[in-house]
Amino acid sequence: MADVTESQSQFSAQSGKAELSGSELKEQLARALRRQKGRALLLVAPLLLFILVTFAWPIAVMLYNSVSSPGFGQTFQRTAIALRDWDSSKGIPDEKVFAALVADLKQARKERSIGRAATRINYDLPGTRSVFTSSARKARKIKGPPYKEAVLKLSEDWGTRELWSTFKRIAKPRTLGFYVAALDRRYNADGEIVPQSEDRQIYIQMYGRTLWISTLVTVLCLLLGYPVAYLLSVLPLRTSNLLMIMVLLPFWTSLLVRTTSWIAILQRQGVLNDIAVGVGLISDDNRLQMIYNQMGTVIAMTHILLPFMILPLYSVMKTIPPSFMRAARSLGATQFTAYRRVYMPQTLPGVGAGSILVFILAIGYYITPALVGGRTGTMISNFIAFHMQKSLNWGMAAALGSMLLVGVLILYWLYNKIVGVDNMKFG
Amino acid sequence: MAVPSYAGPFERIWYYTFRFICGVILLFLILPVLIIIPLSFNVEPYFSFTSGMLHLDPHAYSLRWYADIVQNGMVEPEAPFGWDYLKDSWNNAQWLHSMRNSFFIGICATLIATTLGTLAALGLSQSNIPYRGVLMGLLISPMIVPLIITAAGMYFFYSGVGLAQTYTGIILAHAALGVPFVVITVTATLVGFDQSLARAGSSLGAPPQTVFFKVIMPLITPGMISGALFAFITSFDEVVAVLFLSGFEQRTIPRQMWAGIREQISPTILAVATILVMISIALLTVLELLRRRSERIRGLSPA
Repeated sequence: MADVTESQSQFSAQSGKAELSGSELKEQLARALRRQKGRALLLVAPLLLFILVTFAWPIAVMLYNSVSSPGFGQTFQRTAIALRDWDSSKGIPDEKVFAALVADLKQARKERSIGRAATRINYDLPGTRSVFTSSARKARKIKGPPYKEAVLKLSEDWGTRELWSTFKRIAKPRTLGFYVAALDRRYNADGEIVPQSEDRQIYIQMYGRTLWISTLVTVLCLLLGYPVAYLLSVLPLRTSNLLMIMVLLPFWTSLLVRTTSWIAILQRQGVLNDIAVGVGLISDDNRLQMIYNQMGTVIAMTHILLPFMILPLYSVMKTIPPSFMRAARSLGATQFTAYRRVYMPQTLPGVGAGSILVFILAIGYYITPALVGGRTGTMISNFIAFHMQKSLNWGMAAALGSMLLVGVLILYWLYNKIVGVDNMKFG
Repeated sequence: MAVPSYAGPFERIWYYTFRFICGVILLFLILPVLIIIPLSFNVEPYFSFTSGMLHLDPHAYSLRWYADIVQNGMVEPEAPFGWDYLKDSWNNAQWLHSMRNSFFIGICATLIATTLGTLAALGLSQSNIPYRGVLMGLLISPMIVPLIITAAGMYFFYSGVGLAQTYTGIILAHAALGVPFVVITVTATLVGFDQSLARAGSSLGAPPQTVFFKVIMPLITPGMISGALFAFITSFDEVVAVLFLSGFEQRTIPRQMWAGIREQISPTILAVATILVMISIALLTVLELLRRRSERIRGLSPA
């Protein structure tokens, strides 16, 4: 509002010479406001461009990998065209398709693109990698028709309907296959989506574990953070500032430093086990395994994320006048009732803000689970990293990542709704 | 908050129990940070207190892991101390190399993030900017999106444009990750900014740039510096993007610590960690001084 009056006064000074009609005045006002808007946007533009180019666009491109797999279709172009009329219910394809396949295999072998294509189909149909690479090697011996017979002699797998329906599916440039796999489902020979066999189901369990660990860490942070935030908010400022250092120092200390110190404390030959053995709580050959498992991940993450809970709680509790509680007590409420009916409801915005923030940060955690998680404490981020770096199944990494990202963005939207990103504070 | 005079015996017990619980939680927060400091002086290559250390035997303590920081990777670590020794250490020691990288990358990323972030915050805090919520949400998102997704995206993109395994690539990545902190802190400073001060400057005949540098800048500087410190510590502490984007040459302290924890765990990491704790104490102090200064020049009581 202040700016409107400002711009009005600006041009009332300009237009002092001539009287302006109402519509002209409105137009001038609109123009001045537009100019102000433009100037504000111009200030934001460089950063916006920077974030879009270095951050948002790369992520969008990466996530596109989850629905696009052009490589296989390009390598087996002729076969893919020949397969267009084939229907998986009619049995294996006819001679025409096999002729195209032999030509494609020969070319792929020559262009050295067979390895990548074979790896690609292996993601969807495990065990087929060797079928493709060995067939490509032997394909040059096939001089002429009948191709079908010759190819079936190379490997019996070419006679299965499942291989051919998978072939046809992944030869398309767009696929939902990675999402199907990320939900522990697979396509059967008839192209229907069915649950993955028991021993290959990992991802849903992985998402479950990620949610479980994040929830546990959030609840622990709330349980530990609430009393501390309360104490900090009621103590005299001199004392609470001193105690605040104990919250802020860990907050400012490197993540890796804190993870390292938890390794030093919790490992079998570490400080805590030494103390326990020293006071005779456990025997020396009975040392507790407290790290490189889920417990280690939960303890270290709780420690690392606790300040993110305490700080928003503190800033909310600081605004609650202590006289409210005194008023409730003087009206006859017991301490517990006064707390439950008067104090606690007023802290709920802080509880919401802290919990969502901790949960968002926890759900995408990578470093700490990778270092102290062992086998049972790893989370979905570790699987994304595994597919990025080790198995090189980038489509799978992108599918897992985009599912994680959607979850996080929903929470972020919720956070924005409840707290507003502007009200986020550090220290 | 003393025990109120009307409190009954149960409330008194609860009052002290509550303080005890809070004390334990605060110790849980601070002890893991502090415990590595004595451990880093251990003469043995263990991550635990030896009995000699507990008895305060001076022979159980040593500076060997600190010496290892400057020596590891040197051509002639046994050479006599002198100019050549220092040169050798500066050029070849592994940890010093990564420290140089960390500071270089951190400072460059901070400069980019602070400049762009402050400009954007100035625009965002004007009352009539359109799409404010969307813009703010987008600019804050690098802090929210899981790092592994950010790093994976940047890995593909930067490899495509030839920025993978270069300093430029990591600096750009870290600048993007530091931006939200600058935007948030500077916007927060501008919320309490009294626009009439800028108008007073204009009415006294100052051109806009003078108003900016003489009136606005001094008032938002504390916010800018604390935002910059956040951006710096974000870059200084960041390891996921570095894991994906850096080559051996660009390794930073966290990258080297990561390798150390995963591969050959040695107490040198504890010595480095101790130095990092000291750095964070220094940053925390600067931040606290800034906060006080900011309150003073805005004429707020030293609350």
